[in-house]
Amino acid sequence: MNNLLSLMLRRLKRINTREEAERSGRDSVPPRQPASSASANSVVFIMLRRMRAPLLVLILSYAIAVFGMTLMPGVDAEGRPTPGMSFFHAFYFISYTATTIGFGELPQAFSDAQRAWATLSIYLTVIAWVYGIGNILTLVQDPALRREIRAARFRRQVGRLRQPFYLICGCGETGSLLLKALDARNQQAVVMDIDPARIANLELGHYHLDTPALVADARQTEALIDAGLFNPHCAAVIALTNDDQANLAVAMSVKLLRPSLPVLCRADTLEIAANMASFGTDEIINPFEVFGEHLAMALNAPGQYLLYEWLTGVPGTPLVQPLKAPVGKWLVCGYGRFGKAVVRNLAWEGVQFTIVEAEPEKTGCPNCIRGSGTEAATLKQAGIDQAVGIVCGTDHDINNLSIAMTARQINPALFIVVRQNRHSNQALFQEFNAHITMQPSHIVAQEFFSLLTTPLHSRFLTLARNQGDAWAYELISRIIGLVSDTVPEIWDVRLSPRQAGIWQLLNEDWPINLGELLRESPEQETRLPCVPLLLSRAGQELLLPDDAELLQPDDRILFCARPGTRSRLIKVLRDRNLLTYRLTGLDVPGGSIWRWWHKRRRQAAALAPRIEQAP
Amino acid sequence: MNLEKVIFGFFIILAMTLNFGFVIGEIDNPAHHHIHELFAVIVVNLIATVLKFGERTQIGAIHLATSLVAVLQLIAAASVWAYAVHMSGNGITPEIMASIVSLSAGALVANVLSVIMLIIETVLYHR
Repeated sequence: MNNLLSLMLRRLKRINTREEAERSGRDSVPPRQPASSASANSVVFIMLRRMRAPLLVLILSYAIAVFGMTLMPGVDAEGRPTPGMSFFHAFYFISYTATTIGFGELPQAFSDAQRAWATLSIYLTVIAWVYGIGNILTLVQDPALRREIRAARFRRQVGRLRQPFYLICGCGETGSLLLKALDARNQQAVVMDIDPARIANLELGHYHLDTPALVADARQTEALIDAGLFNPHCAAVIALTNDDQANLAVAMSVKLLRPSLPVLCRADTLEIAANMASFGTDEIINPFEVFGEHLAMALNAPGQYLLYEWLTGVPGTPLVQPLKAPVGKWLVCGYGRFGKAVVRNLAWEGVQFTIVEAEPEKTGCPNCIRGSGTEAATLKQAGIDQAVGIVCGTDHDINNLSIAMTARQINPALFIVVRQNRHSNQALFQEFNAHITMQPSHIVAQEFFSLLTTPLHSRFLTLARNQGDAWAYELISRIIGLVSDTVPEIWDVRLSPRQAGIWQLLNEDWPINLGELLRESPEQETRLPCVPLLLSRAGQELLLPDDAELLQPDDRILFCARPGTRSRLIKVLRDRNLLTYRLTGLDVPGGSIWRWWHKRRRQAAALAPRIEQAP
Repeated sequence: MNLEKVIFGFFIILAMTLNFGFVIGEIDNPAHHHIHELFAVIVVNLIATVLKFGERTQIGAIHLATSLVAVLQLIAAASVWAYAVHMSGNGITPEIMASIVSLSAGALVANVLSVIMLIIETVLYHR
């Protein structure tokens, strides 16, 4: 008992000191765990340890063979006995004999005694070699050693990373979708999964970046440490395994070991999500809840829903057409995690619905129609003729499609929402073409991707949800003006010292407003094809900031733009001369001598005072 | 009693004693240094080296290092011997003998260090 207490105390102390260390400096490198550095060269140790026996056998057999050879009396060309070989000659002879090279009897023809000993030596040493080589071969194929070699390579790869990376635990459908999206944006990731087949799949996939991948159980803290939990470049940990408990364990370990590191988790049940939130997990995504909210949004605020779909789509793909989810009676088939989330949101929106569930006792369904929904009788009993929409939400893809097809046959006007569980069934669902196809893995990957790459984006979406539908339609019309028929790009810009041009001007108290920044030049009224969605500065958030808004250093601005606009804007932000031209319409020379010359000429010409001030 | 420890200690001490036996005597007198002794020293040192493979401790690493030094010195001595007898054509001269013995005396120092470390390890060892 005492022991346990002291252990816990020591642990707490360690965590506190670590926390302090992290707080004291944001860039301070956290202490590296001794565990990972000690195991770094364990491959060498394993090999040396296993090689002991074969090496001893070799040394002994050589020693016996060489020594015996020197003792055997030789014979010269005339048949007179001579003393035995020297050690040098004996070693030479045994070396070429043991390795089965066999040059013959060197340096002189042997005596019979020497031949007898040579025969013995051959068997002795060749057997020793066979044993040694056999041992090396088994060692190379030893699963423990191979795992160790792979882990060592993984640790080296992670250690060599020199850019921020995300640690993704679990590389199933969601994980690989997220990885693909990150890869497309040149964001480094480190992946671990418990299933070797998934890691092997990763190696076959087409990625730009080399992603270090490890077969390991994310619940084990050592695995997380190996994957770079204490690496100063680790930007966030993302737990996406299909096991809620494992995700919980990951979140817990990270929050204990490195509290300042953001953790993003997938949680499929409300209890686990609440548990995660209780110790400060930064973002928790429950795909079913998210989708339930979306569905409710599609029913009640189609403008909001459309805006959301547009702003979270893959840039460059065609825009989804506005769809109107009908208001009336709905059927919900399947009352699992998904069905419950949908029902909760439908009830919230005041929509009338009937639940169809195969096992009402198991799922705790209050009053529902018993049946799987795949047969027409159950659906008819549930009142499909009067219904306007159906949600096929069981955890079985084929059943969902079967329900949807039966429902469509009975009532072709139905609005159909299908849940797709497996990505491999993509072709079937595409062919069926429901009004909304919900893929949990897609939703999670999309949410995490926008959280990771553009944190302002998810903030904007939250703020936008509180605005009315009319507001959403107005923004939609502005976005259509920008991109006409493809999904716009969403990105954010921070007016940091990296954007050298604007940073310098702003720090010289040059007043720049948003409108000036976005126009091509003062004379022309053409603007960059983008809409500023959100401006965020210390303690202030401006939704859809207008053109007159004066910029300040360190502002963050979220833009929605036609693809390709970002690089144009960044070019202007970084180039002081280009920016000055945008603001004043004057071509200011870059070098100091030229600037001085320019100033003199301007003074001579007595230009306007505003131009005088041009930086 | 641990058989592994017995074997380990046996070879380390044997390496030192054999090495001492070869080195002792007049440094340049070939009659005082027999080649069989050198051979035995080399074999025992090789075995001791292999026995030290795979130790993860700090003291294990130093053990291995001293053994590697000893083996290197002894192989150098054996090479000088082979050169003198078979390649130079002069046979074992007092100068050559002196250099062989001094090389193996270096190995002796490494072996003595090894034994000292073995003793330290034993003294510090308690459960």
